[in-house]
Amino acid sequence: MSLTAKDVSEIMKLLEQSSFDELALEIGDLKLRLRRGGAGFTDEPAAPAAPPAPPAPTEASAPVPAKAPAATTAVENGLVDVPAPLLGVYYRAPKPGEPPFIEVGQTVEEDTVIGIIEVMKLMNSVRAGVRGEVVEIPAQNAALVEYGDTLIRVRPAS
Amino acid sequence: MTIRRILIANRGEIAVRVIRTCRELGIETVLAASVADRESMGAKLADRTLCIGPAASSESYLRIETIVQAALSSGCDAIHPGYGFLSERAALAQLCEDEGVIFIGPTAAQIEAVGDKLRARAEAEAANVPVAPGGSVASVEEGVALGQKIGAPLLVKAVGGGGGRGMKLVENLDRLPDAMAMASAEAGAAFGDERVYLERFVARGRHVEVQLLGDGTGGVIHLGERDCSVQRRYQKLIEETPGPNLSPEMQERIRTAAVRFGGHLSYRGAGTVEFLVDVDREQFYFLEMNARIQVEHPVTEMVTGVDLVAEQIAIADGQGLRLAQQEVRLDGCAIECRINAEDPARDFAPSPGTVTKAIWPAGEGIRIDTHICDGARVPPYYDSLMAKLIAHGPDRATALERLRTALANTHIEGVATNIAFHLRLLGDPEFQAGGVDTGYLARLMAADSHSGERKHG
Repeated sequence: MSLTAKDVSEIMKLLEQSSFDELALEIGDLKLRLRRGGAGFTDEPAAPAAPPAPPAPTEASAPVPAKAPAATTAVENGLVDVPAPLLGVYYRAPKPGEPPFIEVGQTVEEDTVIGIIEVMKLMNSVRAGVRGEVVEIPAQNAALVEYGDTLIRVRPAS
Repeated sequence: MTIRRILIANRGEIAVRVIRTCRELGIETVLAASVADRESMGAKLADRTLCIGPAASSESYLRIETIVQAALSSGCDAIHPGYGFLSERAALAQLCEDEGVIFIGPTAAQIEAVGDKLRARAEAEAANVPVAPGGSVASVEEGVALGQKIGAPLLVKAVGGGGGRGMKLVENLDRLPDAMAMASAEAGAAFGDERVYLERFVARGRHVEVQLLGDGTGGVIHLGERDCSVQRRYQKLIEETPGPNLSPEMQERIRTAAVRFGGHLSYRGAGTVEFLVDVDREQFYFLEMNARIQVEHPVTEMVTGVDLVAEQIAIADGQGLRLAQQEVRLDGCAIECRINAEDPARDFAPSPGTVTKAIWPAGEGIRIDTHICDGARVPPYYDSLMAKLIAHGPDRATALERLRTALANTHIEGVATNIAFHLRLLGDPEFQAGGVDTGYLARLMAADSHSGERKHG
């Protein structure tokens, strides 16, 4: 069972029109969680309302954007560390074998997806949160990252 | 032992406690710590620390998937949930089961069986364990009818509550419909479960609980009872074993009732069955079961010589019970004081901050369980427990004397504590006589405040 971006978009519309704030959908391996922006969880992993998912027609699970970090910390040389907003397994590409979301030297915007952090089969996409050039990617693909670990380093656009 | 590495999904003193036993057993430890606990004593002692989220519990210690992911990614065979947090969340136990990680505790089904207070009552009745007159009520009409049978005063309790939360006292049956409506609304909001039940209110009651170990296949032993009647707003402050001035016959009946309850569930791991002893009627009633290690477990360890955390791990490891009932020895008395970072002068308001100096006592029969040392932080996000001071002695008077000396030799700077308050309690003749009921502390504080007003008024 797979969901297309169009499916997710339709589900979101249904959610928006309803009086519910949150939807958790599980069909076999597929898990989708949508949350109306601003609602708080007490005991579920963070999964804010998803904008239309990137096209992934054969992928069972649609990645959910993880909340962008509230503040990225500036380090020396004017570089900005983008921290992991969750503990989990960090993936540099949408799927194994596909090209990574970003490479060193690439320019990113605040909402550029820089990777996915998986927590118990739930994929959370991580955004840069800052505009600029990627100068370093300390996080290893398919490795555990802790909350707050630096994923990428960016030289902010002036 | 097949368990080689344990993820400790907790913090503070209990994280240190579990790490200590793991070290003794040669088991590696991974501590799951929020940002606020990265510099804690537990983080310094654990073999590895993983930062699981920001300070807020809801975004760290209460994140079930994050905890299990942390365990899987760090090669842990097992998770120790401590007390509080996720220790009695069936969903964590279930996810562990699904993922092949050993949950050091009971099964998910057992957590559910005792987590629902009505269901736990039903299990107690099925196990022939006395329950307070009362029962479930699905409507106000049913409530009024049952209320007539039980008589006032009675309690309206939340099915999804526990530990004193979600209770309303009804002294006059005319007020019962209102109390039920209020209790139901509050319970819905607080626990996500609007159901309430009624129970006789015991005017003079003692909180007596029994420590159990179960092998998960029906074998259950007890390790004595603890009296935890000294409570402020349902929060335990002082606990002791054995229950003072309990007749041996009552002691035996309570202990065997607890074992019967645990056996009925084929309970696995360490757990505690709580009873209310009705002093005036000389009866006891099942209150609830706590399916986890408890804060006050050290007093039981002091009189039995058993390491309950080690037994939890052994049972989780599949070794079953390593002690037969007749091998359990109960020697002497032990009393524990919970040292909290709170200010008695400001109605026990929490006093978070940095402990600039911590001098803990030592001596014959003294044990300190703490994560607090010089420079340790008491963050504002969690409970205010700093340490447990436990004293053991061959008799209650000796244990009490050792405890008072130890408290007097304790010195904390940087945060307010309830140490002076404990000294006040331990010096009170009624407490020294032993066997106080659960109303004792409130009465003492009211009397103190009244006499204070007379002095300064």
